[in-house]
Amino acid sequence: MSETIKLKKGFDINLAGKAEKKIADLPLPETFAVKPTDFVGIAQTKLNVKEGDTVKAGSPLMHDKAFDEILYTSPVSGEVAEIVRGAKRKILEIRILADKEVSYESFNQYSESELGSVSKEDALAQMTKSGVWPNIIQRPYGLVANPADTPRAIFISAFDTHPLAPDMGFILEGQDKYFQAGIDVLAKFGAVHVNIDGNSENAAMFSGAKNAQINKVSGPHPAGNVGVQIHHIAPINKGEIVWTVHPYGVAQIGKVFLEGKYDASKVVALAGSEVKAPQYCRTYTGAAISKMIDGTVKGGHVRFISGNVLTGEHINSNSYLGFYDNQLTVIPEGDYYEMFGWILPTTNKLSFHRAFGLLSFLSPNKEYKLDTNTRGQERAFVQTGTFEKVTPMDILPTYLIKAIMAEDYDEMEALGIYEVIEEDLALCEFVDVSKHDVQSILREGLTLIKNS
Amino acid sequence: MKFVRDALDKVKPHFEKGGKWEKFYYIYEAHETLLFVPNTTTRPTGVQVRDAIDMKRMMMTVIIAMLPCLLFGIWNAGHQHYLATGQTPELIGEIIAGAILVIPIVVVSYTVGLGIEFTFATIRRHDVNEGFLVTGMLIPLIVPATIPLWQVAVATAFAVIIGKEVFGGTGMNILNVALTARAFLYFAYPSQISGDVWSYVGEKGAVDAYSGATPLAIGAESLATGENMVGSLNSFGQGWADGMYSFGNMFMGIMPGSIGETSTLMCLIGAVILIASGVGSWKVIVSVFAGAFAMASFISMIGGNPYIELPAHYHLVMGGLAFGAVFMASDPVTAAQTESGKWVYGFLIGVLTIIIRVFNPAYPEGIMLAVLLMNVFAPLIDYFVVEANKKRRLTRATV
Repeated sequence: MSETIKLKKGFDINLAGKAEKKIADLPLPETFAVKPTDFVGIAQTKLNVKEGDTVKAGSPLMHDKAFDEILYTSPVSGEVAEIVRGAKRKILEIRILADKEVSYESFNQYSESELGSVSKEDALAQMTKSGVWPNIIQRPYGLVANPADTPRAIFISAFDTHPLAPDMGFILEGQDKYFQAGIDVLAKFGAVHVNIDGNSENAAMFSGAKNAQINKVSGPHPAGNVGVQIHHIAPINKGEIVWTVHPYGVAQIGKVFLEGKYDASKVVALAGSEVKAPQYCRTYTGAAISKMIDGTVKGGHVRFISGNVLTGEHINSNSYLGFYDNQLTVIPEGDYYEMFGWILPTTNKLSFHRAFGLLSFLSPNKEYKLDTNTRGQERAFVQTGTFEKVTPMDILPTYLIKAIMAEDYDEMEALGIYEVIEEDLALCEFVDVSKHDVQSILREGLTLIKNS
Repeated sequence: MKFVRDALDKVKPHFEKGGKWEKFYYIYEAHETLLFVPNTTTRPTGVQVRDAIDMKRMMMTVIIAMLPCLLFGIWNAGHQHYLATGQTPELIGEIIAGAILVIPIVVVSYTVGLGIEFTFATIRRHDVNEGFLVTGMLIPLIVPATIPLWQVAVATAFAVIIGKEVFGGTGMNILNVALTARAFLYFAYPSQISGDVWSYVGEKGAVDAYSGATPLAIGAESLATGENMVGSLNSFGQGWADGMYSFGNMFMGIMPGSIGETSTLMCLIGAVILIASGVGSWKVIVSVFAGAFAMASFISMIGGNPYIELPAHYHLVMGGLAFGAVFMASDPVTAAQTESGKWVYGFLIGVLTIIIRVFNPAYPEGIMLAVLLMNVFAPLIDYFVVEANKKRRLTRATV
């Protein structure tokens, strides 16, 4: 059984600087970091190491006090160089000074044929111990999954429609057997759905995945968002739990079983209008971006974004990629004044709207070079109906956002807060005439309802 | 243009925290952002790029859509003045006469309204909202050219304070602000906004046989006289303005009435701008016309009196229906906010307009009250749409 879903609503942000499908030969950085802040909902970070300890790839660095069986492990081998703390001694980063040659902790190794007979308990122990478990995200709330839960289903979106997103088939090239092994392991916990792109060609590992239901989803962004796909395939109701895993995470899970090691190497896209030659490069999870941007980025005042321009995070030039990010975007900063910029007609600024002077709708295939200027100030809600046009779900985002602002729990629940996390409403934030921080409002709502 | 920026940067510290004019920061800020888009950038988390639209551009689009109505209204005010006094001047003379009548009203409306906006922004410590840019233009377009300026000032002040600021400002109001101003005038000073007020006659005195009756007033009269209304409309103005209330001329709008609302054609040009730009909801605009046409067709089929029997298409070009449909009903703040709710909202405005016009001729202009009434009901319409959405989610759970 498989489903075909065609979505019409949404909006593709067509940016300049798409990564070319080749791998640049860039040096690896000296340091890597695990950032507790990447993992939503960690109650209290507890360290398993102290500064100066030596670790292997897969050695535990920290855990959440509430779920001490889930270990967050080191992406590389080396020495714990520094533990960066913020206000109230909150742990922000655990930095690892990497060895030249990565050595691995060894975990149980299975052959492909043995995978089927691995018990659910053994699989669970292997995943939580090795550090691949945080790849599994729970909906609702978008948290690291609780190992004690039984999900109704597990969803994998095999394509990413975010601006300048990496090509999944390319970043996982040659990892077909690991991806399949990952599905086989996940299938022990619940029915696995792999959602493939209905608009274009998909890598064989996705379209030919066994032990899973393959669904075809097509349409503009956010068609690639797993939350939108779940809404159309089997929506989340109150009390239900589903898990989602990024394809990279699936392959990493597969690898820990087939190879017996936690391999955090990944291919990330280096993209954006300010990158000289946008392409991919090989590195490890949590890499310092300094080497990646050295000589590859155009001059001028730029912003480095771990992730994409809709859901990513602004990081410094000496900072680290996020755990879940497979992309580094570099775009110009927009901290300049623009005379009469609010009324002059323009073809260089992208807009979903067609109000006076916004001419980008005339050239839908043009690639835009956008900067980080907010292009106006925050206002009360005035225009209606635009959020609905970019949300391909039977959800009323304006009412949901207003319910969150009013902290009305019943309304939030009734209006479908369980079905969305930040990325699903990111486009609303982009197109908002009133410039609200829709994603952070939604996270506030999710936190409220989770703790209620 | 760097010197403008430099000048602003030079005075800015005086308005910032600790400066000597700290209190007036938001007034300074309103002017600065009018000249320059601020240099603020997106936050570290959340979207890193923003759409090029903002509230200023959206509001300006509405104002641009109103320009045909305003320009036509200026000319028509002058034209009607000369027509009523039996003169035949050049086009330029008509425009000048019209401008002398209309521009002061626009100036008063903006001065009073923006003054109040600035005052409230200063007291409440918030940015000056752009909403009044549109309201300030709407108010002059829905009053007669002969209105005393002090009444414009009072009505604007009433509408902005009681209609909007008490609810929290732009985006929070329940009633359309411009229509609140007009309703205020209508009930507080009825003699200046109904009857023979639509054309400025001045000291010269009107021509023989002059009548200032509008098509809607003729409709009300026809109830007493029992004459066929199309006939009365076509024979109106004999001797001084032949064919003024023919269907074609009413569509063009060369007739007495509130400054901006006489011309259905100009309103439709505005509608095209609003719909093409996506700023106005086409669902609301279309459904108001549809509701009015459906209701008018329905009652004219049943019959009863000459006004009821008026062919439905006449209703669409008479009075302020077109202007109300395009610029009043489509106000996103006071309209229904759900997409399916917009259909219901617009349709009921159209229906109510005809009912008020035809069955209650004491209120000649139905659209004003119809829109205000539906403004009040819009949240109820939305409530049902939202409840339906919730119900769909609940029924899904049991499957």
